[in-house]
Amino acid sequence: MSSLDLSAILLKPEYSRMLLDGFEMTLVVAIGSWLLAMSLGILLLVIRLAPSRIADRAVAAYISYHQNVPTLVQLILWYFGISSLLPLGLQDWISVHNGEAIFAVIGLGLCQAAYFSEDLRSGLRSVAAGQMEAAKALGHSYVSAMRYVMMPQAVRNALPPLINHTVSLFKNSSLAVAIGVTELMHAVKEVENQSFRTFETYLIATLVYLVCSLLLMAVGAWLSRRSSPVGAT
Amino acid sequence: MLINIYHIIADNWLLLLIGQFPNGPLGGIAATLLLSILGIGLAFPLSILVALARLSPWPVLSWPATALVYVMRGVPLLMIIFWVYFLLPLLIGRIVPGFLAMVCTLVVYEAAFLSEIVRAGIQALPKGQMDAARALGHSHLSAMRYIILPQALYNMIPSILSQFVSTIKETTLGYVINVPELTFAASQINNQLLTQPFEVFFVLASIYFAVCWTLTQLTNWLERRIAAKRAGRGASELLVVDGVAVIKPETVQEVRQ
Repeated sequence: MSSLDLSAILLKPEYSRMLLDGFEMTLVVAIGSWLLAMSLGILLLVIRLAPSRIADRAVAAYISYHQNVPTLVQLILWYFGISSLLPLGLQDWISVHNGEAIFAVIGLGLCQAAYFSEDLRSGLRSVAAGQMEAAKALGHSYVSAMRYVMMPQAVRNALPPLINHTVSLFKNSSLAVAIGVTELMHAVKEVENQSFRTFETYLIATLVYLVCSLLLMAVGAWLSRRSSPVGAT
Repeated sequence: MLINIYHIIADNWLLLLIGQFPNGPLGGIAATLLLSILGIGLAFPLSILVALARLSPWPVLSWPATALVYVMRGVPLLMIIFWVYFLLPLLIGRIVPGFLAMVCTLVVYEAAFLSEIVRAGIQALPKGQMDAARALGHSHLSAMRYIILPQALYNMIPSILSQFVSTIKETTLGYVINVPELTFAASQINNQLLTQPFEVFFVLASIYFAVCWTLTQLTNWLERRIAAKRAGRGASELLVVDGVAVIKPETVQEVRQ
């Protein structure tokens, strides 16, 4: 084995371009599925707050499915399974518009929505019930009490698990390689096959993932510190 | 569609259960469970060492342990699988089957995550336990061995079980390096049939759901039971909700991370 030489990868325009394109696709998948997961997570929480047993059961089943089936299996089911049930016109449209990435975003987003929704719900449950009563006594409607009194505290309580699940969503974006998305992991395999510099290629990709995850954790820690009330521990 | 699903199960149940076992490598759900049990079982003793190293006052021990945990938390499991698959043959000097590479990956990865559970478990015990043990003449290590760890490990059983469920879900990544486990078996069936991808992968998802859901229910039951037992002794870590004692959400959250 030749000695460690990162410049053999980084300074070769074709390799660095492949890795950069891969990283860009990783970011697209991660950010797209995060947005989908967060909006769906909030929607699921709202449905659960409605006083209907059936709605509550349905959301609980949704969450149970997405937490108990491996993420990779969900992605495979979307990409190979559910896609084959769609009408042909839609199938064609999707496959022209980078179908792998679309299904990766859908699969990862729907899966992570279950976790986000549970995080928010336990955050909401840890806000004292008296807060709601007090807000109502002060003349807030239910919705306005939720918006201005309950949710800000709930989100603050839910921040640590939300950050953790954001980091794991980012890490899980690498699973998209199994359904053929050309993200960072895919680029790593390509560069490795062409350059025969496995060690250097893996090292660069590992550092990229690690730095991004640590940045996310640091931003999360900063947000928690900033949002905690003055004087509280 | 239901008939198709019935036929898929009726024709392939043995492949889904044990793979091509007597005539080939063990596969299917048996291999998935074996991978998870080996992964967690071998990672557990390692994780106690990592946790003790992280809590130790000597930077020589605590720094590498902390670094290991952060690297494992920050890098996708798939990347670590690739590393092990690449480095292990170089280290031991011969070709490594996918199954062994997967076990090694899971041990390293889960050791880091379990060590966080162990650390949280140790830190959740009242400080007085250690002080009292030291006052009675135990050394730091002996107090850990006889006083702290037995209590902490007992309280951690539910968290360890839920980590086991995560591990079962993580073994699916072996599919990427062709480890013969459940997901691999399903994709073999799909390659034979070609026309029923939805039905095949629906069956696959259902099997995982059945296994993981059952274990999750068991975890929740154990969690309630252990919390109730602890309520009998010291109630400092406990909260009483609707007449049922539960561990404080903060403690659980800390342990779950």
